[in-house]
Order: sequence, then structure tokens, then C-alpha cells
Amino acid sequence: MGPLIVNEIISPNTNLLIAMLIGIGFGFVLESSGFSSSRKLAGMFYGYDTTVLKVFFTAAITAMIGMLFFSLFGWIDLSYVYVNPTYLTSAMVGGAVMGAGFIIGGFCPGTAFCALSIGKLDALAFIGGLVLGIIFFTEGYPMWEDLYKANFMGTPTMNELLDIPRGIFALGLILAAFAMFWVGEWAEKKFPREEY
Amino acid sequence: MSEVKKTKYLNPYVGGVLLGLVLLAANFVSGRGLGASGAVKSAVVTTVSSVMPSHVENSAFYTEYKESHPGNPMKSWLVFEMIGVLIGGFLSGAFAKRLKFKVEHSPKITSKRRIMFAVLGGILFGFGSQLGRGCTSGSALSGMAVLSVGGFLTMAFIFGTAFALAYFFRKNWI
Repeated sequence: MGPLIVNEIISPNTNLLIAMLIGIGFGFVLESSGFSSSRKLAGMFYGYDTTVLKVFFTAAITAMIGMLFFSLFGWIDLSYVYVNPTYLTSAMVGGAVMGAGFIIGGFCPGTAFCALSIGKLDALAFIGGLVLGIIFFTEGYPMWEDLYKANFMGTPTMNELLDIPRGIFALGLILAAFAMFWVGEWAEKKFPREEY
Repeated sequence: MSEVKKTKYLNPYVGGVLLGLVLLAANFVSGRGLGASGAVKSAVVTTVSSVMPSHVENSAFYTEYKESHPGNPMKSWLVFEMIGVLIGGFLSGAFAKRLKFKVEHSPKITSKRRIMFAVLGGILFGFGSQLGRGCTSGSALSGMAVLSVGGFLTMAFIFGTAFALAYFFRKNWI
């Protein structure tokens, strides 16, 4: 049955309409959770507000469990679901550069659009920066093309890498997430601060 | 007696489950995860293509991009999704009475400093998201949900680096 677009149950144009509906849900949840505030997002890295950790990991494990059960019930064929390819070097270097951008700019791209939608002008400045950063990448592409394509590993998943069943890895991740939530709750009590 | 601490936001675990369901819906319907930086790239590609078409023909990046992304870059899943994000965020802000033009910053710094840092952070994030083939949404969150090794790595490096550098930028936030 799923994914609906791959199995041609819906048309490409319907897919775009649904993309917009999914975006509305995405933006609504981000804003309701407080992701439109850069000081709340940055709180993650000082321990006074670990909302980012809780929302992010709860979302990841919810979607992961959902896909496992959908697959078990035969509702979705996971072999048709897009798995992000792994380029070892660029995943790490790109991640590190993004981490620096996060603590300096206070947003990531998705949260910046969410914050812009309620009128945050610092988010607009951040998006201006995003455009410049992307142009910088595309114009200088020959300079980092080798880095960009280095150490390609295909599309491995964590359970394949560790050679364990998908469900076992999922269980481990859920337990790890719960441990992190516990640390997050502890940190918020230890570094209390008024909510932004 | 201290008052019970009230929050104006949704419970983070409830928010997380809802976000997870949105991500699950994206995978079930469209066979892909969420994203954000890709939509900005589509806008950049479209603008550069129409303003400087000759430049695009001679650029290594654009040649590769056009090969892997046929058709109009603005008629893409991520562009429609991000239009939705603006609508959804606006609706949530309207219901919660949070619609207001402002520059949010720590009282220890000026608005001007906040804006300068926001632009700088955006430049880094924009560049990093291209190198890492997706940002917090497209690579880290969506990648983790499908157990992609690259998704986990990118997530660890985004949060790890931000933690490692947090001390140097504390004045901007707390």
C-alpha cells in the first residue's frame, strides 16, 4: 500500500498538495512547541530548556516505531522509503558546520521559517544568511567537491551496520531516548530559568 | 508555596509525538521525510538560473544539480512543504496570540548584534546543510527515523558541536 506516491495510488500533483498539508502540520507543531523562539532553542545547549531534545527524540522514535508497525502490518514497503545516503566525511564536517551555525544563529532552517511566520525578524536575517551560505557552497563547489563526495558508503542503516535486527536497534534507541529525557528533566531543575 | 510553573507552549512530549506522526505521514504518503534547507536551495537555483543563465551552464554545481533534479525546481515537494510550514506556524502563532514583529535577543546584547549573529549563523547553517545533504529536519530527524547511518552521524555532529561551542556564545542567549 504505502508509500502512496511510489505505488501510484496518488498523482504527483496530489503529492504536492499533501506536501503542503504536511508542512502545515510541521509548522503548527514546531510553533506550538516553542521552536519559534531562538532563546528557547538555544536553551538546549545551556541546560535551562531541553524542549529541543524532548521534541526531537520523541518525534524520531514515534516515526521510527510507526514505520516498524506499518511495515509489520504490510501497510508500507520500507524498501521504497527514501533512506538518506551516507557520505562519511561530509556528514561529519557538514554537521559540525551546522552545529556552529546553530549556536551562533539560534535557529536551524525549519525553525527559522517557523519563527518568521510569527514575525521574528532575527529569523528573517538567519534565512538571509542561509541564502548566502548556499550561494557560497554552489559557487565554490569545485573547491569542496572532493570533500562532498568522499567516503561514500551507500545507504546503510544503523541496524545493518551493527548487524542486529531493526526492532532491537529501535528498542535500544527508545531506551537511550528515555535516558536522555531523564537527564533533560534533571538539567532543567538544576539550571532553572524563566521561560522565553 | 511556590506557584505551579505554567508554560505557554505545548507539552514537549505531546509535541514530539505529533511531529513524529507528521513525519510518519510524510513517509507513508510520499516515501520521504521532512526537510527545510532544500526548499531554500530550490529558490536559490531558480533565481540564479533566471538572472544568470550563462553562468549556470558553465557551473559544475548547476550541471550536476540539473541532471539529478529535472523539471522546475520550485515545483518540488520541499517547496510546497515549506509554504505549509509558514501557514502552519502562522496559524499556531495566531491562536496563541504570539504574532508580533520583533528581534528576540538576550537583554545583554543589542538587536544589531543579534541580527549580525543571526546572519552569520545562517551562512554557516546554509553552507553546512549543503555539505551534509540536509539540515536538522532533512538529514538528522528524517534520517534517524529511517535509521540512516548518515542521519545519526549528522545529528551527533550538529548537537555535539553546538554543545562544544555553547560556552563561547553564552552572552548572546542567557
